[in-house]
Amino acid sequence: MIPAQFDYVRPASLAEACQELGSDEDAKVLAGGQSLLPFLRLRLAYPSKLVDIGRLADLRGVHDRGDHVHIGAMTTHDEVMRSPVVREGCPLLALTAAQVADPAIRHRGTFGGSLAHADPAGDLPAAVLALDGVFVAASASGEREIPAAEFFVDYLESSLRQGEILAGVRIPKLGAGWGFHYEKFHRTAQAWAIVGVAAAVRRSNGSIAEARIALTNMGPTPVRARAVETALQGVELGDQVRQACVEAAADTSPPADLHAQPDYRRHLAKVLTDRAVRAAAGAP
Amino acid sequence: MPRITVTVDGIQYEQDVEPRLLLVHLLRERLGKTGTPVGCDTSNCGACTVLLDGKSAKSCSVLAVQADGCDVVTIEGLGANGSLHPMQQAFHEEHALQCGYCTPGMVMAAIDLLRQDPDPSEETIRQGLEGNLCRCTGYCNIVRAVRRGAQEMGQAVSRP
Repeated sequence: MIPAQFDYVRPASLAEACQELGSDEDAKVLAGGQSLLPFLRLRLAYPSKLVDIGRLADLRGVHDRGDHVHIGAMTTHDEVMRSPVVREGCPLLALTAAQVADPAIRHRGTFGGSLAHADPAGDLPAAVLALDGVFVAASASGEREIPAAEFFVDYLESSLRQGEILAGVRIPKLGAGWGFHYEKFHRTAQAWAIVGVAAAVRRSNGSIAEARIALTNMGPTPVRARAVETALQGVELGDQVRQACVEAAADTSPPADLHAQPDYRRHLAKVLTDRAVRAAAGAP
Repeated sequence: MPRITVTVDGIQYEQDVEPRLLLVHLLRERLGKTGTPVGCDTSNCGACTVLLDGKSAKSCSVLAVQADGCDVVTIEGLGANGSLHPMQQAFHEEHALQCGYCTPGMVMAAIDLLRQDPDPSEETIRQGLEGNLCRCTGYCNIVRAVRRGAQEMGQAVSRP
């Protein structure tokens, strides 16, 4: 299928891009296009204009900033998963980016594009939520920081305002002793997650000292499984982990679709959280 | 209408394009590169895979304007002097196709895979081709072909 007509601009700077967006409420940002172009082709969206920020070099790349890692919004999934800085400073994102779609899509799709798209079935939103990332939104009036917990508002809706562009994300580094895993359950190799679980776990003397869990596709936004995080505190690695994970689907409203009904997704959330926590903790 | 410059299989083209024109349609309908097919139309199947600035991309999910200034290699740009590329030859030898519709994308994805890993294991090949669907073969011969293509290409490099 062929997309509906739109205008196309490729601004030379972020400021110019913000201006283009601010002056037309039906304009849409084009990053790598790996979510947007299928949307346009299926005629699920009719933007008046695409503002192509894919070549803005300032928005691309990974930087070690001491206590956090800064990931530019236009960094591709392929670059994120291979970045030594990401692997060292926030390995969960390298593990998760490697599970996004397939190699060809990872070459084009961007870290920021996939977050700003705010698809609850996307893999990266849950991982960034688990790591308490801080989103940096740029606009004509400067920069604004948005905590991950406030970024995802509803299905395909972020808290970015008209004229704002996601410039990058700051990922606070976790100290020593943390392990990470992203557990994705999908029907075919490159398909969306039916349910996914991002887990960060800190071990201490054979027990779990601290855990952060976020769920993919268990509601209109990615969600933190706070009940499990609390239940896991102080739990010894072993059968008790499974018991602590039974509340994984608490306070979620998973969707019903072609692939799964809500009750099956709730079941998956428990099983996958258990697997993700064990893997993150390095336990069998 | 934006004017773009794009190099395809070693030849530079200048084209006036509608912003909504997809790269795969530019290749097929303007430049006659019908070796690159349109498969699923929704970026799932990978039949339309090309190399865009050296990396695999699904040309149904790239706008022609996004390829402005870029270098594109299609399946038609692989062979030289009338002979097949070693990966194409390996697909032929190993019977890695039945209907052949997915083959151009499979070959391009396989070549991209070898860029990262010149001697991939079966597991690596299966993961590397996860974005390319074949509805005929069951993949076994495709995986064998990629192994064989990798060996041929490795020998070609190491030959004096």
